[in-house]
Amino acid sequence: MRFSGFRILKEGLTGNKGWAGHWRDAAPKSEYDVVIIGGGGHGLATAYYLAKNHGITNVAVLEKGYLGGGNVGRNTTIVRANYFLPGNSEFYSHSLKLWEGMEEDLNYNVMHSQRGQIVLFHSDGQRDAMVRRGNAMVNQGDDAELLDREGVRRHLPYLDFDNARFPIYGGILQRRAGTARHDAVAWGYARGASDRGVDLIQNCEVTGIDIEGGVVKGVQTSRGSIRAKKVAIIVAGRSSQVAAMAGMRLPIESHVLQAFVTEGLKPVINHVVSFGMGHFYISQSDKGGLVFGGDLDMYASYAARGNLPIVEHVMEAGMTLMPMIGKARVLRSWGGIMDMSPDGSPIIDKTPTTGLYLNCGWCYGGFKAVPGSGYSTAHLVATDTPHEPAARFRLDRFRTGRGLMDEEGTGSQHNLH
Amino acid sequence: MRIICPNCGERDRREFYYVGDAVALERPAEDADLAAWDDYIHNRENPAGVTQDLWYHEMGCSAWLVVKRNTVTHEVLSAELAADVKGAGA
Repeated sequence: MRFSGFRILKEGLTGNKGWAGHWRDAAPKSEYDVVIIGGGGHGLATAYYLAKNHGITNVAVLEKGYLGGGNVGRNTTIVRANYFLPGNSEFYSHSLKLWEGMEEDLNYNVMHSQRGQIVLFHSDGQRDAMVRRGNAMVNQGDDAELLDREGVRRHLPYLDFDNARFPIYGGILQRRAGTARHDAVAWGYARGASDRGVDLIQNCEVTGIDIEGGVVKGVQTSRGSIRAKKVAIIVAGRSSQVAAMAGMRLPIESHVLQAFVTEGLKPVINHVVSFGMGHFYISQSDKGGLVFGGDLDMYASYAARGNLPIVEHVMEAGMTLMPMIGKARVLRSWGGIMDMSPDGSPIIDKTPTTGLYLNCGWCYGGFKAVPGSGYSTAHLVATDTPHEPAARFRLDRFRTGRGLMDEEGTGSQHNLH
Repeated sequence: MRIICPNCGERDRREFYYVGDAVALERPAEDADLAAWDDYIHNRENPAGVTQDLWYHEMGCSAWLVVKRNTVTHEVLSAELAADVKGAGA
């Protein structure tokens, strides 16, 4: 089934009876070339690119719940490429380019909206740091514009520019940043993979990983055992539990990150606005809700909901930045489980077990990484060599101390990112 | 989330600073090999369930506590002075 303007017109005139499901709900076969554990954004994208780029279609995606039911459905949908350090910089740059071609590639409307992101600064020192970051972004081939105070005011007239603690000095604008419809990204990749022959298997929890003589042989699941030549663990949020099935202890601590949405309002916030000093960021969904979030709750958690101190902190930060937000009523809050790595950067690598691959540690940046992560992980699984933009996402960087990517400059240690 | 400090009684989570997994109490010997130090500094059990972590009673008695709690439900099960825990194991 191909989506097009003509198709919508035709279906509209014929009672919308021709729409079918977007993917096959498959039952597990006994053997696959590749088994992907995890039917989230990254797992589905990996399956799609395995099929599309490498012609590997005898693939199963095993999901213990429903497709896209984890963090890809629980984030704040922001897409950007404003990283500073080598490793992250080229990876997110590649990912953003894939975002820009995604809808055409998948023939799927993911409502990708390049509405621009403005990251604010509040002092001369911060401006210098932002200029440096902006130059790194430009050198990488992405866009960054320095805005002075009046430049920010033209875009965001509703901010409190003269706040006593955080007066606004300016911002960095990345026009190619924006948002996308998070669920549709998972669905689009699911459909693209399924159309190419990938089996998407829901309600199938992996309970064990079979390893013989250091080589992966398959997985045990709640729907029987499945043999596989290669297995990829792509389960950010549960990485430690699944990796433990292969005898691994990961450099990961799971934390809860909360997000919030207000009632639907008329268009008022046209950009993604990031207020780093308040750990606050906000955008407006196409439905009208103001979608915003803050920092981690800052203790290990798998609860997918947070505590009230951070709720209060986020609301205070919002009021500090844009007092008008006090008029909006919050409808919902929720939490996602973040795979926090010691240096705040992700891992896409082989493991000590032959044929077993690991994709984890996305911290709070997993959504914008979906296409790049799938592309690079598929390359690694298919060719057994790292894909250049993700080559620095090595698992051994913590042990060796070489190639750490600590964007915040706080140190490579748990509880600092 | 509320934590019962052995010195101060039941207090709001906001009074405490989270310092991470209680693995810090199991520091390897100075001459331990690289793998032991790597494991100690970076790798974590990271359980979905009962865990033990260190909390510093920053806005209270300044004691370091070993808190046993459930990461799935946020239920706090117990809190002991880290000095007592460390002393008992030493």
